[in-house]
Amino acid sequence: MDADDESSNPMIDEIYANGGSAEGGGGEKRSRRLIISGDQFDIEAYASLYSGRTKIARLLFIADHCGGDNSAMQLEALRMAFDEIKKGENTQLFREVVNKIGGRLGPDYTMDVAWCEAVDRRAEQKKEKLDNELNAYRTNLIKESIRMGYNDFGDFYYAHGQLGEAFKSYVRTRDYCTTSKHIIHMCMSAILVSIEMGQFTHVASYVSKAEQTHEALDQITAAKLRCAAGLANLVSKKYKLAARKFLETAPELGSHYNEVIAPQDVATYGGLCALATFDRTELKASTLTMIMLLNDDCEISFVFLILILYLQAKVIDNINFRNFLELVPEVRELINDFYSSHYASCLEYLANLKANLLLDIHLHDHVETLYDQIRHKALIQYTLPFVSVDLQMMASAFKTTITGLEKELVALITDNQIQARVDSHNKILYARHADQRNATFQRVLETGRVFDRDVRSMLLRTNLIKYDYNARSLSRKL
Amino acid sequence: MDPMEALVAQIQGLSSTPGDIARLHIILKQADDSLRAESTRLSPVLGQLAPSEHSLGFLYVLDAFTSGQISKQQAETSVPIITGFINACNAEQIRLAPEKFVLVCKRLKDQVMMLEAPIRGVGPLLTAARKLQLSTEHLTPLHSDFLMLCVLAKCYKTGLSILEDDIFEVDQPRDLFLYCYYGGMICIGLKRFQKALDLLHNVVTAPMSTLNAIAVEAYKKYILVSLIHHGQLSTSLPKYASSVAQRSLKNFCQPYIELANSYGTEKIAELEAYVQTNTEKFENDNNLGLVKQVVLSMYKRNIQRLTQTYLTLSLQDIANTVQLNSPKEAEMHVLQMIQDGEIYATINQRDGMVRFLEDPEQYKTCEMIENIDSSIQRIMALSRKLSAMDEQISCDQLYLSKVGRERQRYDFDDFDVPTKFNI
Repeated sequence: MDADDESSNPMIDEIYANGGSAEGGGGEKRSRRLIISGDQFDIEAYASLYSGRTKIARLLFIADHCGGDNSAMQLEALRMAFDEIKKGENTQLFREVVNKIGGRLGPDYTMDVAWCEAVDRRAEQKKEKLDNELNAYRTNLIKESIRMGYNDFGDFYYAHGQLGEAFKSYVRTRDYCTTSKHIIHMCMSAILVSIEMGQFTHVASYVSKAEQTHEALDQITAAKLRCAAGLANLVSKKYKLAARKFLETAPELGSHYNEVIAPQDVATYGGLCALATFDRTELKASTLTMIMLLNDDCEISFVFLILILYLQAKVIDNINFRNFLELVPEVRELINDFYSSHYASCLEYLANLKANLLLDIHLHDHVETLYDQIRHKALIQYTLPFVSVDLQMMASAFKTTITGLEKELVALITDNQIQARVDSHNKILYARHADQRNATFQRVLETGRVFDRDVRSMLLRTNLIKYDYNARSLSRKL
Repeated sequence: MDPMEALVAQIQGLSSTPGDIARLHIILKQADDSLRAESTRLSPVLGQLAPSEHSLGFLYVLDAFTSGQISKQQAETSVPIITGFINACNAEQIRLAPEKFVLVCKRLKDQVMMLEAPIRGVGPLLTAARKLQLSTEHLTPLHSDFLMLCVLAKCYKTGLSILEDDIFEVDQPRDLFLYCYYGGMICIGLKRFQKALDLLHNVVTAPMSTLNAIAVEAYKKYILVSLIHHGQLSTSLPKYASSVAQRSLKNFCQPYIELANSYGTEKIAELEAYVQTNTEKFENDNNLGLVKQVVLSMYKRNIQRLTQTYLTLSLQDIANTVQLNSPKEAEMHVLQMIQDGEIYATINQRDGMVRFLEDPEQYKTCEMIENIDSSIQRIMALSRKLSAMDEQISCDQLYLSKVGRERQRYDFDDFDVPTKFNI
């Protein structure tokens, strides 16, 4: 379905005019391929990917951020959140949701005081019971029971939304862990609560703690830990590390970590971060090779076959990530486009995805930055192979105005990311390679001058100090 | 006056051989007080002596003659006498009594200042400084006076000739401070900002136990020249600067440091506003001209940045990017910079475009090779000097005594340090 169906068009035009192909008509399969956007955001489908507290948190986030004119979506999200909360025992969240609904969803979705009170009473009783049990275990000094007791406490607090207490309880079990399984269990619980609380430094430290256990982790746990590490890196803006972690996640993760993250998210986050931070070779190695292999076209796959022989180690990872990418075909397509230099459609996919990504609880802060980075990389990659580039063509390839493009290019040149100069009169970009020989001469002369000046000042200062010292010792002798 | 006549006779008689001159010197020293007492009646005595042969005697008489208060008319007559003496005198003879010579020259300086014609003192003092110097590396007190007169008389080129010498030996630190300060001002006047920066840097980082006003003024100018030439100011003084300077210099130069900060933000409007509000302070320090040059340099720096990103650019765009008011102004600035050799460009007036060119220097010419060769020779000479100085200090008595005291005494492999080196 890809690149060389239009073998009638010469390859060169293809590269220049990839933006204008939409108007071109003709047998361009690319333009006819539906850009599956997510603009009709399906909340139910989205919410069904998750379970537990994160589902509620995400629904509430969507309700808060989906914008004033989309009240239908907002109400839908709130309704689903309400239903989910009612299944649990968190009265605090319940009150919040009811306030947000504000009676707009009819009598079924209003404050159910009786339910709240019942839940609270049950909670009190349970807490007392747990407390008594824990005290009993503590007096008996049976490690395992104490650990279970604290765990139960942690679960209890978590269910009731008291995340701080939950975290403390989980951490207390550390002293009573005897096997690595216990440690891993503690780490996973701590990670879960930390993610919910938004304290990603803890997440990072507990991930490393879990990975340091002596026993080999099973696939699923390892995958979970990778996801958590990736999330922590993403939130702390270490996009390259985040991409690496997400790409290393094994596909066996499936839906086992739905209380934190869905496999679609792994693909989206990993794909976007990789696109924004990896260079071409890394990108190819990690994500594309196997995709290319799926081509019907012999030429391209032949070339990549050779590359695969070199990248044997990465192939295994590729299969993993390919599985993830299958879940989010838009991201797969956009990476494909970027790599084959079809920037206009790549940026179009990105723009379409943007609205939905802004509703994602972890990614929304980073969407702008990642998009900027991807756009810059596209610009740099476009200009790299050429000695001179007509800004007119480039502007149409990126579907932007010449003045806007010029501004962006100047910013990149000043940042030293593109080695080129702009001919503003004729609107051409000329590649410019620094003259090493001249630069060396200049440096040499400058170094000589600096040495000269420094040594002279040093000798002068030495004389002054000697004079000073002589004067002082003379006065001492007198 | 009999004693006078006797003295004159002795001077005339004993000025031929070095042995005689040494004896003459002793006699003159003894006769010094009596000479001073007769100061008013010494002009005919001067007439009898020839400055070129009887330099030492002439010097002593002249010193006595010019001591005491001198009015303007007297200055009129004595300036030519001193000038004539300086031009004609014998260098070896006057080096026997350097303090007197310096004193006489200082009086000359005062007199020309009083007559408000500093230029009359420039030539003589240059000759005087050259004659008093033991070598071109030696700094005399006359250097700073000479430079001061150059600054006042605006004879910058003459001053520059003496600045070309490297100074390594200094009699008095105060001389050095003044020399470097005035030298810096001369270089600023000639727009040789790199040399000015070097000189002012020497003042600011010189060893000093207490802060002096010269260093403060020098630091103010140093900040401004650094902004003009480099476009930035390093916030801390290098480690070898005295601790006094590092601690307290900044406190005295607050407005300048803030100017440097404002420059760093690269917003011309802010910079100009800051200069406006503080015009008085800058004017009091006589630095307003320099401050205006700092503002100008910001435009220049912005235009230079443009040469890195554009090949051709319209004058209108330049005006917009650099925040100038009109393309005409932009054209003026670019033209000025091309003439000063700060950028390489051509202006196409028909299209209103400027085309930026690469530095045409290819480093392939004979002059460049000679330049590099002479730099190499110079630096080799400097290295030799450095090693020589190092050896000299290692043999210095004071140094050895200090080191000897701190050495390990239980080092059996080394010889014991002789006791005379242990104070």
